[in-house]
Amino acid sequence: MSNRIANRFRKCADEGRPALVTYIMAGDPDLKTSQKILDGMVEQGADVIELGIPFSDPMADGPTIQLAGQRALNGGQTLHKTLAMVEAFRKRDGDTPIILMGYYNPIYIYGVDRFLDDALVAGVDGLIVVDLPAEEDAELCIPAIGKGISFIRLTTPTTDDKRLETVLKNTSGFVYYVSMTGITGAALTNTKAVGDAVRRIKSHTDLPIAVGFGIKTADDAATIGRDADGVVVGTALVRAIENSLEDGKASAYTIAAIHGLVRDLAEGVERARK
Amino acid sequence: MNVANSLRNGPDETGHFGLYGGRFVAETLMPLILDLEQAYEAARNDPEYAAELGALNTHYTGRPSPLYFAERLTEHLGGAKIYFKREELNHTGSHKINNCLGQILLARRMGKTRIIAETGAGQHGVATATVCARFGLPCVVYMGATDVERQAPNVFRMKLLGAEVVPVTAGAGTLKDAMNEALRDWVTNVENTYYLIGTAAGPHPYPAMVRDFQSIIGTELREQFAEAEGKLPDAIVACVGGGSNAIGIFHAFLDDPDVAIYGAEAGGYGLDVEDGHCASMSGGRPGVLHGNRTYLLQNEDGQILEGHSISAGLDYPGVGPEHSFLKDSGRVTYVPITDNEALEAFQICTRLEGIIPALESAHGLAQVMKLAPTMGKDQTIVLSLSGRGDKDVNTVAKHLGVEV
Ligand SMILES: Cc1ncc(COP(=O)(O)O)c(C=O)c1O
Repeated sequence: MSNRIANRFRKCADEGRPALVTYIMAGDPDLKTSQKILDGMVEQGADVIELGIPFSDPMADGPTIQLAGQRALNGGQTLHKTLAMVEAFRKRDGDTPIILMGYYNPIYIYGVDRFLDDALVAGVDGLIVVDLPAEEDAELCIPAIGKGISFIRLTTPTTDDKRLETVLKNTSGFVYYVSMTGITGAALTNTKAVGDAVRRIKSHTDLPIAVGFGIKTADDAATIGRDADGVVVGTALVRAIENSLEDGKASAYTIAAIHGLVRDLAEGVERARK
Repeated sequence: MNVANSLRNGPDETGHFGLYGGRFVAETLMPLILDLEQAYEAARNDPEYAAELGALNTHYTGRPSPLYFAERLTEHLGGAKIYFKREELNHTGSHKINNCLGQILLARRMGKTRIIAETGAGQHGVATATVCARFGLPCVVYMGATDVERQAPNVFRMKLLGAEVVPVTAGAGTLKDAMNEALRDWVTNVENTYYLIGTAAGPHPYPAMVRDFQSIIGTELREQFAEAEGKLPDAIVACVGGGSNAIGIFHAFLDDPDVAIYGAEAGGYGLDVEDGHCASMSGGRPGVLHGNRTYLLQNEDGQILEGHSISAGLDYPGVGPEHSFLKDSGRVTYVPITDNEALEAFQICTRLEGIIPALESAHGLAQVMKLAPTMGKDQTIVLSLSGRGDKDVNTVAKHLGVEV
């Protein structure tokens, strides 16, 4: 198993700050631009990267990420191409963890074993698959762990203490706490409840806890990052891409727009515990 | 009681029908689905619940639905005797009410105060809005924007009944997109909301639960047919969208190998037209969507296709998991019926029997029209006439080039 995830969270902890986890949709707004965004993100302050696998039916995503997936699919993005993006990134960066995030069907159709082999070769460190709860661990979670790829599970406000045991059982890498019941892109409402939830989960596991959903600004990142080991930003970054487009296509500003926001957010995590 | 080797035992305790089914949902929904499973287990073992549902079935829906001998259609086709199991005579005009009553009583037992649903043809939306009106619960129905347009009469009915109808513009604006949006609502409003799924699909326990509520169709039929003909039917036919009316009429006969069973899928423009049909079993392969593994229309990257059917209620790229299981087992034969075949059956039934069938049901009828002439006059076929066609007259007029 690669230690990139654990090493990176430890490094951030040693620096006295949470990790900045950034999400982009692979192939959004087009493959070439997406690769450049991915390749330049670490330099701007991203610590861990979540790369979205586009899916036609993203049931847990709000309009912003739905549209990003559509842009990617319209541009011909496939799971093969997404793995190739990771492989290209890995040639430049041997340390930054990459987590693939998406829905199960594209992986199932690719073939679980073949997918895990190819993901390992490409340099993927972990998987977040929204529609695979603990009850379906036999599908992908157990095989992934067997091959040395972390399976990162979502815990949510509906996950009570009893269920938490079930959810954490085969979780590896880190735990992703979803700050609200809802879809991506909704607004953060109760930051105190998030802090309480992080502490509650910490009493059940030694894994780092990253919090996502609703974190949009450097201030949000600083607030949530007081308690969380990592803050995940997705919709805000995807929206930065969306807002930069001209006629639905990448403009001269697209890369600068999203990288600028990553830099802001990095400043936010920097001061989270100061 | 479970009989060994019965095809009627599914699902297993993890919600699988063989390879199919399961619980492929976001963690946020998992506790809700486990709650629902428990609540349903408790309800179905509670005689009070059964009595309440039975009374509503009788006095509100008008069950049992009649078994009708379609004499002129039989003469016209010149083969097997054709019977209709007349679910279109139910209150609200389709079989959908059978499931809605079962689930609304469950939602009440669970203390839920807000009901959401997805709908394609609008029949499930109307049935849901109806039971919500009956029990005084607020109701939000998600409906693809395309369907809102082609099923306008049903949209107005839902609004009259007090429901909020939310048009969904994502994707092609059909049933699949409506279901995505309903799931997004549910994952957001977990505290008070009950998701009343309209077909025998989705995460466990929905496929089993909806089947149980719809199985009354087949159970009644067995008895009515014995009275009418003194035997079992030789063939049973139903249209298959998500598969609820079909599994409802099939289930009681799965262990009777002498009864041939046919499911009619939406063949649209024909199976050879790319993305031009919704025959997920005849033209798709297994995948995972909307909480279950089942046959799906999809491309080689696992992206779900939109599909096409003239009938909004069959315009869905998947099917309930129990049908996928029955297809693989060979027990049920699933066949595609094209838009044109359904349109022709629609008109023949209307002219010969004075019954305007739903376009969905007309798919089943088209299969009956293929089968009957190949069978002997001493043989019998029963069609699940799942709904009435008033909602479809605009669509049919358009296809016939008539201005209404
Ligand atoms: C009259 C009628 N029949 C059949 C269907 C298809 O659904 P199912 O396959 O669940 O019976 C619908 C769906 O809207 C319908 O309205």
